[in-house]
Amino acid sequence: MNERPLLGTVLLYLCAALAVVVSVYPFLYALATSFKSGTALFGTSLWPAAPSWRNYVALFEGGLPFGRHLLNSVIVSTLTVALALLMGLTAAYALGRIEFKGKGLLLMTVLAVSMFPQVAVLSGMFELIRALGLYNHAIGLIVPYTVFTLPFTVWILTTFMRQLPIDLEEAAIMDGCGPLRIVFQVFMPLLWPALVSTGLLAFICAWNEFLYALTFVVEDTERTVPVGISQISGATAYEIPWGSIMAASVIVTVPLLLLVLVFQQKIVSGLTAGAVKG
Amino acid sequence: MSSRTRTAWLFMAPMLVGLVVVAAWPLARSIWFSFTDTNINDIAGGKFVGLDNYIGEYGLFFNPNYTQGFWASDWGIAVRNTFKFAIVSVALETLAGLGVAMLLNQQFRGRAFVRTAVLVPWAIPTIVSAKMWGWMLHDQFGVINQMLVDVGLIAHKIAWAANPDYALWTVVAVDVWKTTPFMALLILAALQTLPGDCYEAARVDGVHPLRVFFKITLPLIKHPLMVAVVFRLLDALRIFDLIYVLTSNSSSTISMSGFVRRETVDNGNMGYGSAASTSLFLIILVSAVLFLRVARVRLSEHAR
Repeated sequence: MNERPLLGTVLLYLCAALAVVVSVYPFLYALATSFKSGTALFGTSLWPAAPSWRNYVALFEGGLPFGRHLLNSVIVSTLTVALALLMGLTAAYALGRIEFKGKGLLLMTVLAVSMFPQVAVLSGMFELIRALGLYNHAIGLIVPYTVFTLPFTVWILTTFMRQLPIDLEEAAIMDGCGPLRIVFQVFMPLLWPALVSTGLLAFICAWNEFLYALTFVVEDTERTVPVGISQISGATAYEIPWGSIMAASVIVTVPLLLLVLVFQQKIVSGLTAGAVKG
Repeated sequence: MSSRTRTAWLFMAPMLVGLVVVAAWPLARSIWFSFTDTNINDIAGGKFVGLDNYIGEYGLFFNPNYTQGFWASDWGIAVRNTFKFAIVSVALETLAGLGVAMLLNQQFRGRAFVRTAVLVPWAIPTIVSAKMWGWMLHDQFGVINQMLVDVGLIAHKIAWAANPDYALWTVVAVDVWKTTPFMALLILAALQTLPGDCYEAARVDGVHPLRVFFKITLPLIKHPLMVAVVFRLLDALRIFDLIYVLTSNSSSTISMSGFVRRETVDNGNMGYGSAASTSLFLIILVSAVLFLRVARVRLSEHAR
């Protein structure tokens, strides 16, 4: 790099500072609000004068089933990811390593499903969930969540599966390994980074999902957190408990934020494998 | 069938069965419902009504009751809102994403930190960002209104999310805030694959940086950029949660998805709602095909 003119350097750092402030400020403000209570809530300072845990404690006592919502979200998201990875891994082996007729068409179909609007299947899904007896059960959300997690899991894992060396598979076949052993004992250990990034993306999608969770679950204790947060309300319409809402928001966001920040390289590689090569 | 091909189909079986059960079947049923007068409380009791839900007396299109024209009807408003939102927000996100990606592609101290910080909005769940911004944009106690009043940009506090004049643009702003990191990351990945020697040559020749950007960088990242734009466009056209939470599901900002849900679930008219969801599906499909066509035409023109 040659020397950048002074003006350029100043501009560069100004832009960088602006990007950081715009990105981070709203969450910091939510964090600050979550520690304020009483009239301090309506002040706009970024540092609470008398920080208290009251809003957080309030979430887990009284009439709010927030803990239950959290548990529901964890269970639903984890199972959705496990299911999608399992089905995705075997399918990706077939699509990434074996030549057969109709493969291109299948891959295009998978990509098309991953892009189609989820609301297009709303009424059919409603009927299906009813018929399966899963209406109003958090666990039933795994069925609709598979619509959007499975296709992109297959798509991303296929791109990663293709990049594995052919010699490895040939050697395994020479040693008498069947396809099941090749997938789970030879390839899976090598695919850990891909599985982590795909799994994280699927987890984030399932954790954040709102439309299906709002539609297929009405019972308060069976809700997931996004719907739970959207429905937190005060005694009257004019007393919205912003402190509690922000505390709930912080609780829901912090694990996700940590996951994303810790695994950012992996997530980016998953996203680009899914998108740029599409 | 060779044993290898048989293995392939066997290994794809779980996925294929899964996709048929959760995607193909519900889609087919939704399309079927759109030709019936099914009510959500009596799903099996719907009667076949042909195209009534689409072009009948109370249909979505060509409805004789629309005395003020299609665009004044609820469905027309939903279609217009969705496209306004999608086009403006994707355009702004692309520009902002390009800017952030160019910034992160520079060498400077603290770049890793900036890169991480910029990712934060993307990691925040949509519902949370809707609530967070709803609070910041609150008409009486919101920090944004306070700041704008203090600086003197506005005289009175504004109900950003409730006033129909601003609500849709508020949604656009929050969406741009949230999805710019996604765009920036995809563009940055593309930028980092570019060969360094073009830039070296351009610098030796003393070409102006702006010219380098438009003549070298932009054409080289055009393809990944278009792919990212298509992804975002398809995503934006199905917007539901942000609008539903931020503007309290008001009818002035309702999106196509919001309309479908309101008709199907809240009003119980599953047949009518399904007609809307099927139309939405077709509208998005046609937009995607058109966009890809246009983008590819331009790409091949450049290749020549």
